Amino acid sequence: MSGMLADYARVAGGDVIRQLRLLAEPMRGLSVTHVSSTRRGGGVAEILEKLVPLTSELGLDASWEVIEGTPQFYRCTKLFHNALQGQQSHVQESLIREYERVNAANAERLGAALDAADVVFVHDPQPAALLRHFPRRRGKWIWRCHIDASRPHRPVWTYLRSHVAAYDASVFSLADFAQMLPCPSYLIPPSIDPLSAKNAELTGKQIDECCARFGIDRARPLVVQVSRFDRFKDPVGVVTAFRLAKSFVPGLQLVLAGGGAADDPEGEVVLSDVEAAAGGDPDIHVLLLPDDANDVINALQRAADVVMQKSLKEGFGLTVAEALWKSKPVIGGDTGGIRLQVVDHHTGFLVSTPEGAALRLRHLFHDRRRSAEIGRAGREHVHQNFLITRQLREYLTMMLGLVRGSADRIDLV
Amino acid sequence: MAVDSFAVRDCALVAIATGLRAQSLREFRDALQQAPQESVYFHFWGRLLRPRFDDTEFHNDFAAWARNGLHDEKLSERLAVIDPADFADLEALRAEVLEVVEQRLDEIDVLQARRDRQFHFRRCQTVVFDTGVRLEEPACLVQAIPAMSLGSIYYHAIDARRREPVRLDDFRVWLGRLGGSFGSLSEKLGAVDPYFANLAELRDELVAIVARHFSGEPR
Repeated sequence: MSGMLADYARVAGGDVIRQLRLLAEPMRGLSVTHVSSTRRGGGVAEILEKLVPLTSELGLDASWEVIEGTPQFYRCTKLFHNALQGQQSHVQESLIREYERVNAANAERLGAALDAADVVFVHDPQPAALLRHFPRRRGKWIWRCHIDASRPHRPVWTYLRSHVAAYDASVFSLADFAQMLPCPSYLIPPSIDPLSAKNAELTGKQIDECCARFGIDRARPLVVQVSRFDRFKDPVGVVTAFRLAKSFVPGLQLVLAGGGAADDPEGEVVLSDVEAAAGGDPDIHVLLLPDDANDVINALQRAADVVMQKSLKEGFGLTVAEALWKSKPVIGGDTGGIRLQVVDHHTGFLVSTPEGAALRLRHLFHDRRRSAEIGRAGREHVHQNFLITRQLREYLTMMLGLVRGSADRIDLV
Repeated sequence: MAVDSFAVRDCALVAIATGLRAQSLREFRDALQQAPQESVYFHFWGRLLRPRFDDTEFHNDFAAWARNGLHDEKLSERLAVIDPADFADLEALRAEVLEVVEQRLDEIDVLQARRDRQFHFRRCQTVVFDTGVRLEEPACLVQAIPAMSLGSIYYHAIDARRREPVRLDDFRVWLGRLGGSFGSLSEKLGAVDPYFANLAELRDELVAIVARHFSGEPR
């Protein structure tokens, strides 16, 4: 075995990669094209960057196309995104027209490739309107929604539904996030890439250097939350929990690290609230990081004794899987996808209040052996459930299902 | 290939939403009546292919929801004790779950979960495939089981229990075909309760049993 698959075999296990090969074998040569809105930045691009070459190594003919948009188009799709997440968004008719015009232009540009593909994955709302421009398509078209669309703003959903209802299948991350469509809605949670800069192994020296850069004392206990400065991530609640726990955990330090506040007016307000709550405490480190600070996030998570993701509302919250992969016990908010990752009392604790979080912090620092056990269980949980190899296996299973008919059990023996 | 070789197979599944959901126990009963048979399969058997740390004492998703969503210990215990292998088919299994739920509805006025703790009925699509590996004699299990994927473990140790006509795990079926000399190994494998471990642990347990047997250790 060579190439990327060999690298992933070392991390995920040889049995996992052998299984992927067997599953892919009947689809050897099948052309699979992913269409998304950007090549860089964001979770979709991050995962496709690895998923596409891995699919190719398994013998499928995988490719990735990116649509080209205009500022008005992206304004429109940003409104769609917010509306799917439940925000009341009014999308002007002129923006809708631009959305449809851009999709038509991209359909023209990508025409031959998409018409001929056996399977086309269309990611999120931006390219969703491509489908109607391919009446002679020969392949199966799948709309992959990465957004929590559990309670969308109805007028916008009604419009988007008119585009996505005609797909052969849809994919949502959780049953809670799904909207009913005439096609089958597959449920495939997202995953982390264990070999990415955010998750790859680091040396002790690299971790030490990162901590020294931010004035974090490696000899003292450390709790870390990595997330945008957003009220739903409850950073002020984390500061409250830290203060409640600190008198029981001498020397405790807190890092709140996140990005994206600079161009987000709401984020700036939350950041200043957090700084006010921290009140100049030298043991609370509020770090505003650039979007590409993956190695710093990796080092901070690895330096932590406990990781928190005390969200009040969460989409999937893959920072939890990242921390679990690093064998850290996680204290997470009892919401959304965190519940799949933090198995209460096994891979961490689910909490609903700062008081609950403080209690669990004290517990984990008091019982270091238990904390280590939970950390080990967390890594295994991610190993089995949240690595990119599992997501690829489910994509392959779904594709086999779609190209071989819709039976519930497909016997290739 | 010898007539009595063991063909190692593998399987993978992917979940699909049915659109049916329930927040109260009454809604759950109504939705369960309408749910496709494959949904009953998914919430009992398919659950076992999803690696888990949680709720190993609750062997099906219904029991886990009764505890975590409805916070009703009585109902969750009654549902958890249902062994899907005891039922001739999925309809009989569904009828048993409905019976337990009806009984609880007779005993209690309202059981309601939080809005974000609704039960979502799902089904799954399963693909079964051949690994090409053939085991010529039982001693080969010592090397073969550790190399099996969790999908293979599920297919041979768990899924096999719902396959007619024998409804036993494939390892014991094979040993049975080979005759009397493997009776004690078969007995030891029969003592494994596959519902209390996740698949990785189940694989370890099977490995330990066959390794001990072929090394001549007494247990």
